[in-house]
Amino acid sequence: MATNMTPSPLDVSPIFGRFTLESLPLHEPIVVGTFCVVAMGGLALLATLTYFKLWAYLWKEWFTSVDHKKIGVMYVILGIVMLLRGFSDAIMMRAQQVMAFHGSEGYLNPHHYDQIFTAHGVIMIFFVAMPLVTGLMNYVVPLQIGARDVSFPFLNNFSFWMTAGGAIIVMMSLFVGEFAQTGWLAMPPLSGISYSPGVGVDYYIWSLQIAGVGTLLSGVNLICTIVKMRAPGMTMMKMPIFCWTSLCTNILIVAAFPVLTAVLALLSLDRYAGTAFFTNTLGGNPMMYVNLIWIWGHPEVYILILPAFGVFSEVVSTFSGKRLFGYTSMVYATAVITLLAYVVWLHHFFTMGSGASVNSFFGITTMVISIPTGAKIFNWLFTMYRGRVRFELPMMWAIAFMFTFTIGGMTGVLLAVPPADFVLHNSLFLVAHFHNVIIGGVVFGMFAGINYWFPKAFGFKLDPFWGKVSFWTWVSGFYFAFMPLYVLGLMGVTRRLRTFDDPSLQIWFEIAAFGAFLIAIGIAALLMQIYVSIRDRNTARLRDTTGDPWNGRTLEWATSSPPPDYNFAFTPVVHDGEAWADMKQRGFVRPTEGFKPIHMPRNTGAGLIIAGFSVGFGVGMIWYVWWLAAICFVGMLGAAIGHTFNYKRDYHIPVDEVIETEGRRTRQLAAGAVA
Amino acid sequence: MSAHIDTHGAHDEESHGSRKGYLIGFGLAVVLTVIPFWLVMTLPLSTQATALLIMAFAAVQMVVHMIYFLHMNRRAEGGWSIMALLFTLVIVGIALSGSLWVMYHMNSNMMPTQQVQDQG
Amino acid sequence: MSAATVTDTTGSPAGEDRDIFLLIDEHDHPEGASTMLGFWIYLMSDCLIFAMLFATYGVLGTSYAGGPGPKQLFELPLVALNTSMLLLSSITYGFAMLAMTDGKQRATQAWLAVTGLFGLAFLCIEMYEFTGLIREGHGPWSSAFLSSFFTLVGTHGLHVTFGLVWLVTLMVQVQWKGLIPANRRRLMCLSLFWHFLDVIWIGVFTFVYLMGMLR
Repeated sequence: MATNMTPSPLDVSPIFGRFTLESLPLHEPIVVGTFCVVAMGGLALLATLTYFKLWAYLWKEWFTSVDHKKIGVMYVILGIVMLLRGFSDAIMMRAQQVMAFHGSEGYLNPHHYDQIFTAHGVIMIFFVAMPLVTGLMNYVVPLQIGARDVSFPFLNNFSFWMTAGGAIIVMMSLFVGEFAQTGWLAMPPLSGISYSPGVGVDYYIWSLQIAGVGTLLSGVNLICTIVKMRAPGMTMMKMPIFCWTSLCTNILIVAAFPVLTAVLALLSLDRYAGTAFFTNTLGGNPMMYVNLIWIWGHPEVYILILPAFGVFSEVVSTFSGKRLFGYTSMVYATAVITLLAYVVWLHHFFTMGSGASVNSFFGITTMVISIPTGAKIFNWLFTMYRGRVRFELPMMWAIAFMFTFTIGGMTGVLLAVPPADFVLHNSLFLVAHFHNVIIGGVVFGMFAGINYWFPKAFGFKLDPFWGKVSFWTWVSGFYFAFMPLYVLGLMGVTRRLRTFDDPSLQIWFEIAAFGAFLIAIGIAALLMQIYVSIRDRNTARLRDTTGDPWNGRTLEWATSSPPPDYNFAFTPVVHDGEAWADMKQRGFVRPTEGFKPIHMPRNTGAGLIIAGFSVGFGVGMIWYVWWLAAICFVGMLGAAIGHTFNYKRDYHIPVDEVIETEGRRTRQLAAGAVA
Repeated sequence: MSAHIDTHGAHDEESHGSRKGYLIGFGLAVVLTVIPFWLVMTLPLSTQATALLIMAFAAVQMVVHMIYFLHMNRRAEGGWSIMALLFTLVIVGIALSGSLWVMYHMNSNMMPTQQVQDQG
Repeated sequence: MSAATVTDTTGSPAGEDRDIFLLIDEHDHPEGASTMLGFWIYLMSDCLIFAMLFATYGVLGTSYAGGPGPKQLFELPLVALNTSMLLLSSITYGFAMLAMTDGKQRATQAWLAVTGLFGLAFLCIEMYEFTGLIREGHGPWSSAFLSSFFTLVGTHGLHVTFGLVWLVTLMVQVQWKGLIPANRRRLMCLSLFWHFLDVIWIGVFTFVYLMGMLR
């Protein structure tokens, strides 16, 4: 019933679906070049892994691991790798726009350019920001609440592989077929089958659906972890603020991602089964899609920013050597933002014509959100006030955030005024605004978090010199890249344009391109920072033997760096909101005997297998290769059911191993004390 | 120490309800299902009254199911279940009523009146 | 530094025995202590999917595109029969849970089987209704109203199908391992799922079928 209703002009082969050799973009020299580079890089990587016999190690210690720390690290690596892809798209757009003046067409044809701006948005939100945020939460939350793992360790592994599966599908679209040319939210009717008959939108749909399953499950998982697994004595109001923001973020995830799932499912029904939800015909209503997707879309913004707020709270308090100012108000501000996130969605489409009453309601709710956010900024400032501020890298990112985010917040309030929005809607002003809050908030927050927790995860700090290079180029690059866009937006330049007629605009694009170039240096410096830090990891300059390199205040710093598999040999008992500061202050003595075997979850490859089938299913659906989709669906179901027949999901770390691990830590601490 | 060390050890068995509870719930559910069907099939009242009434019956029946079948109470999982439920209800309420409100306004502002009448 | 004055609310003498900071006498966490809450939260997210489908039906449910509306298409007796199937399956699942609490494995399996049969009957009736509509030319591609109707009701049906697959799996596992704690927990999750689908169905028969007949 499904296919013959679809007015597809393409011939669908029973074996290859609609895949033909012409689907390979051999006529796009840029793509072919990229492919060659990626293929060679990939082959080199595979060869290296094989040469050093790392496959078994990776499979056993990482891919099938249910350890929240390793999964967290894998998320962050995924985020950084995808950042490279997403940024390549960004700098290509900047280059195109700076060239396409005086009648020049630039170097990208419309088909390619439209894919690039779509892919840039999708990748940056779903496969950079989300993995980074989820990764940090995964790594830090169980440690901060004194737990040994998350509530559902297997689901955690599965969630990661679903997210990675979505990323793989997006990457595939670069070399096989095409990506959507619709903008990052794939608004119909443009994304409907009649206007986008190719595979692009299908790539978009299935990558997001598959990654969305992962995101949703990891949201459920982290909520349960925070609710059920806190150390004894840690009441809700004694939780570190990062755990609070993580809790609220995951509540938002669980209450928002189903909306995305539903709306994308409806769009796929329109595309695959010929239904009429968002069509121009048969009573369909494309505006309903816009309405629904923004019910997800606005909470999504807070899903990204709340954990960053949490990171800044931890960082500011640690590096000011002070208790966080206004903990309770911080918690309530976070909770209020969580709820308000659901009553502002219409401000994304003021111009669609809901009328004055609706627009003013949503305009006011939007402005109200700035109140709790402003309260947070003041809390951070008051935390720094009369503190002994140490300008280490995480703190530098936090300060850059406070400046930058405030500007972004103010332009946001401006856009919240419906009449102003009618002028600025869809302009580069809007583009500048959301990059201002996402880069200035989320990206800076993630860099602060990575620099802050890196020594915890790996046992050595990140190199400060290259970190500072990265910091200054990123921050100045941001201002060069996006302040001109505010100006251009105010002059009425709309977003997503490929060529320009007015030569007087070019100078602003040149400044913006320069900014993008600076950011490119910033990203290179970040990679350099990681490389140099790994190279010099055993020097006294970077090595952390104490487990507490920043004089931290929360429980994760009570463990060794990196923490043992079981995190805590004894579950800590919490008496204060800043548990570790309290323990240090009251002369806590680390136990060196009396250890017991520790109950832990067992590794499993089921998550990776099910996610692999899901990717196969997605590819089959995208290319109309029905047999592949069917086989993979059955495989998916079979693997999932098969996994439920595995009742042996845990084991005990023998006490000797615990004694040995803890003994090593004792010696390390002693050696550090002597040195 | 008065610290709450009982966070996990005391994993009490969830209440599965009793035979009496299930039967009461079932009886109520039958009544609350039969009446709206009867109201709509025989139409003894005006359309509007019927509509309001069957919506009220649906709401009551959902609560009945929640209490007698899903064993919702304030204590389950330390109150987190009911909190999750209430939060979800708030979000569902916002999203449902908001969508209807927004789309109604858009339809009346953006659709040609002719078409609105045809479709309504 | 002002932070140095940490108020000692516990009243214990500062800085000595490790016991105040560590849980020395710890036993294993009971496996699956979070499962019920986790599954409940998942159900809440599922509830939002249905909420969106209801919203879509609410917005598009009157866009007949010149085609027939609910009054011409729906047959209330069939819906009433279907509703009774689901309601009966709910109470029989309840009996299965009671048998499980009493540790009666055979009774549990029997009630589960009965539940499954009622579920299957529900699905068959729904398929009968759907195929009837499609055969008469009122498939989901005919109008936005029918698209949203088929999708909302079909998604519920899909959930019931999934519930049946799960039910069969659990019956096999109960047969294999008996009513061990892991299986009890799974049966409780499925119980939540099954009753939750019932709650959704209340919304479906009220807002889609009954309200539809009033238009």
